[in-house]
Amino acid sequence: MNAREQWVALGTIVRREVMRILRIWGQTLMPPAITMTLYFLIFGTLIGSRIGTLHGYTYMQYITPGLVMMSVITNSYGNITSSFFGAKFGRYVEEMLVSPMPPLVILGGYVTGAVLRGLLVGAIVLALSLFFTHLTVVNPWVTASSVLLASVVFSLAGFINAVYARKFDDIALVPTFVLTPLTYLGGVFYSVDQLPEPWRGISHANPILYMVSAFRDGMLGAGDIALGPAYAVMLGLMLVLGWVAITLLRRGVGLRS
Amino acid sequence: MTSAPALDIRDLRKTYPNGVEALKGITLTVEAGDLFALLGPNGAGKSTLIGILSSLVNASGGEARVFGVPVHARRSEAMALIGLVPQELNLNQFERPLDICINQAGFYGIPRRVAGERAEKYLRELKLWDKAEHSARMLSGGMKRRLMIARAMMNEPRLLILDEPTAGVDIEIRRSMWQFVQGINRAGTTVILTTHYLEEAESLCRNIAIIDHGRIVEHTTMRALLAKLDVETFVLDLAAHCPDALPAPEGIALRRIDEHTVEAELPRGRDLNGLFAALSAAGIAVRSMRTKSNRLEELFVRLTGPGKEAA
Repeated sequence: MNAREQWVALGTIVRREVMRILRIWGQTLMPPAITMTLYFLIFGTLIGSRIGTLHGYTYMQYITPGLVMMSVITNSYGNITSSFFGAKFGRYVEEMLVSPMPPLVILGGYVTGAVLRGLLVGAIVLALSLFFTHLTVVNPWVTASSVLLASVVFSLAGFINAVYARKFDDIALVPTFVLTPLTYLGGVFYSVDQLPEPWRGISHANPILYMVSAFRDGMLGAGDIALGPAYAVMLGLMLVLGWVAITLLRRGVGLRS
Repeated sequence: MTSAPALDIRDLRKTYPNGVEALKGITLTVEAGDLFALLGPNGAGKSTLIGILSSLVNASGGEARVFGVPVHARRSEAMALIGLVPQELNLNQFERPLDICINQAGFYGIPRRVAGERAEKYLRELKLWDKAEHSARMLSGGMKRRLMIARAMMNEPRLLILDEPTAGVDIEIRRSMWQFVQGINRAGTTVILTTHYLEEAESLCRNIAIIDHGRIVEHTTMRALLAKLDVETFVLDLAAHCPDALPAPEGIALRRIDEHTVEAELPRGRDLNGLFAALSAAGIAVRSMRTKSNRLEELFVRLTGPGKEAA
């Protein structure tokens, strides 16, 4: 396939993914909007009003970047696992496997679709937050690049999960037992500076902490981690997971016999 | 490149991780423009062979070339030449037939405008255009099979592989699918067809290979294969009990089936007078007679039946 044909193929996968997200908007866009509205109401308005300020921001302002990042991460991951595993389960992944598309185009198409859903949900949650608080964006580049990197990282992780999954339970296990705990312990609702040792040190092993911190730094200028290490972790994870994902796809693990 | 055969397979082998040796060194050539039948009982290795050709299965050894392009070494080029209609339904049931076809074209890098035109062409030819915007899950089994053919045609392949395309399809739809396949073959597409309907292979295909236990046990023209049926078998219903000792007329083999039935096998075209004379002389009266089903089915059973297991 020449470059132009590869662009057509990539666009086809992305278009199909976007159509899927919009077709089942009640499953893809509505639930995070409702869940995050409840978070804003309960943690931000009801409980947050009694907490006071964190790094000079109201609790509601402080947790908003974390909740946006949490939505982006879970939706990017969830989109690619359900879509790619669904294609495996229904066997229509074979439509792509018997085509001349190189593995990188297949991976790129699915990751782009997952990132688009993550960012769309993130934008919805951000828009909803404006009903509850006033937000600023201190550094738009850090804000945009950190949310994009986090979305790519968890899209790649979700793709790897979907490649190995043999049944629907396998794509539910990681979000339930790994992703959700890491997100809740990743500084979404608090600053790790508030934690005593050894929990503060242990928290630094959680990659989501670096993503939430960088995004919060971009929006509020109040991150827990310096931007250098945060970007190093995100870029490092992206490269490692990208390499694993493309290797699995090239070898046909879970796809070709 | 144009003189290369549509399919050239050399010593192709596949052993699955569980130790099952599905292909034991297959060598096969299909010429460009052919309409070729690949027959074999369940588990013979047909789907594994097709899986390797379509890159869904990795070969353990040997080589397959499509129009001279090695499938493994130049996968992308080879796949652009092939269209596959798999045995199992593999449609996204939540998409519309029109989108399924247009997306398939997109996977081959075909621009959306061209894809739309082709989708309409093949959905119309396969009598699915009125269902183009329905959900695929609403289609009948026969419609889904035709949709998979339309989808496989979106890249206008030079080699179309149909793995049991008419399984479970009623005779009317089956015949319309035959007409479509014959039409695209006349237009220049090489077709490889696997089927369990032997009359389908007999009426459609010019050349044939029979695969059994991972080996090719026959690879010839349909005409030559059918010419091997140089004997005819008749089933004779007797008026009385069949004696234990049957006569042995020259050139005719008589077999006792049960106490009222005898089978007679004799060279094609030979008159039956000698048979009846011998039976009459032995005091055996024949009440009725019928031809035993034969042709391809009989050959198939002979070639792949019990006792034909390869080492």
